[in-house]
Amino acid sequence: MHALRSFLARRVVIAIPYLWLAVFFLAPFLIVLKISFSATAIAMPPYTPVFDGLATLWERVQDLSFDNYVWLTEDALYIKAYLSSVKIALISTVITLFIGYPLALAMARAPDRIRPILLMAIILPFWTSFLIRVYAWIGILKPEGLLNQLLLSLGLIDQPLTIINTDWAVYIGIVYSYLPFMVLPLYATLEKMDYRLIEAANDLGATPFGAFWKITVPLSVPGILAGSLLVFIPAVGEFVIPDLLGGSDTLMIGRTLWVEFFYNRDWPVASAVAIVLLLLLVVPIVIFQKMQQRASS
Amino acid sequence: MRRFTSFNLVALVFGFAFLYLPILILIIYSFNASRIVTVWGGFSTRWYVELMHNESILDAAWVTLRVGLLSATIATFLGTLAALALVRGGRFWGRTLFSGMVFAPLVMPEVITGLSLLLLFVAINFDRGFWTVTIAHITFSMCFVAVVVQSRLLSFDRSLEEAALDLGATPVKTFFAVTLPLIAPAVVAGWMLAFSLSLDDLVIASFTTGPGATTLPMKIYSQVRRGVTPEINAVCTILVALVTMGVLTASIIGKARAPARAP
Repeated sequence: MHALRSFLARRVVIAIPYLWLAVFFLAPFLIVLKISFSATAIAMPPYTPVFDGLATLWERVQDLSFDNYVWLTEDALYIKAYLSSVKIALISTVITLFIGYPLALAMARAPDRIRPILLMAIILPFWTSFLIRVYAWIGILKPEGLLNQLLLSLGLIDQPLTIINTDWAVYIGIVYSYLPFMVLPLYATLEKMDYRLIEAANDLGATPFGAFWKITVPLSVPGILAGSLLVFIPAVGEFVIPDLLGGSDTLMIGRTLWVEFFYNRDWPVASAVAIVLLLLLVVPIVIFQKMQQRASS
Repeated sequence: MRRFTSFNLVALVFGFAFLYLPILILIIYSFNASRIVTVWGGFSTRWYVELMHNESILDAAWVTLRVGLLSATIATFLGTLAALALVRGGRFWGRTLFSGMVFAPLVMPEVITGLSLLLLFVAINFDRGFWTVTIAHITFSMCFVAVVVQSRLLSFDRSLEEAALDLGATPVKTFFAVTLPLIAPAVVAGWMLAFSLSLDDLVIASFTTGPGATTLPMKIYSQVRRGVTPEINAVCTILVALVTMGVLTASIIGKARAPARAP
């Protein structure tokens, strides 16, 4: 009796989240895939169904249309948007690394008593709304914003800089929003590092920088990779930051998809854009998983 | 012996200044008497007063709070079950697919999650509004809960459970008497994470919402697109204050509990 009950309990425990995800994650994904292969029609919903009805498999295959995907390659806009998303995400990731590394190192070297407080202080901004953090930068970067006022009053510039609505504002926004993601894995690896290795290097006559470059950096490579991927992957599909801080010429694929869907109402093309974006992200994610497995073994 | 050099100190000061100054500036300017955002016109709380009379923002806040509480609670339940299935489920049909479905939403761009759910709701003719946003939030935040609870399940001592079973407790009773109290901190942390993800989400809500269900981030976003306003500064300050209090409370509770936990 008990055995039967626990057997049933286990079944139920697995079935509930399984069903939920199948209905609200897998099914929607398959619908996107299906619509990306259907022809655009001016109807509500704006697509013509492909797999409906009791057509034979062969007829269905014939009905599949790669038009939307062909369209993506023909229109330079999409290719540009993909490339520029990757470029912006890459540049932002590198800047985040250069700002995050010294910060993580300093946190790892800080006295034991204040380390938890510093960790808390890194995590806290992550809990405050993303939108608010991006919005805060608008007031700072505007032509009449605080940064320009400060630089003008210091006499460093005589003309307000145009930062907002350029790619630079997008870099700043991404770096600012994702800095905790870079710092946390870096801090985790740097904190575990055996400091005696540095002492040994110093005893053998290495300069402080030499010891850092030859010992600290190589040992923190897993943290560098993990942090960089945690910044790069979400940055590629970013919508809010380019939309609020970027200019009309800031092309990012998340925003392109948004426009395609909400303004052009072209669902099949939007779906095709989504599928290609996913394929683009599969590569770094697989790398990340391989790394995780290596780290755990 | 770790050495904390002056270079480290400079890095700390600059790093934290970069993280906190923008939010601090926002808070200061929410008390600005002048309507022009970049001019300081003296200290005043007028924007908070105006906020209290702004029906549409209050409505949006109320919707956001309801969606957040409901979706975080259901997501915590589902995510905890998912974590149990992954760690204690043994082998079952479609296990790889299941773990894939649990981890995929963590790295899915929000635009894709939002788009795919909207297309599902359109396909099944589901009226869009409060419920569709809630379902969408449950779906993506349960995966975060699952990850948090899973790491806790993997790290604790199984012999406690085995002891309970040896002493004749049924597996179900063992779960409630032993396992659940042990993973409770992770479940609570998962709930908080799910709640804050829901409060914060703009993209997925924009895709899945319908008439009468405008969330606060959507409201802020539409205002911000028209320019920076002191009222929005006030909304943001209140939100930051609430989150800070929540996180600090949670960490103090966590600290108070820490000695009680077995090492």
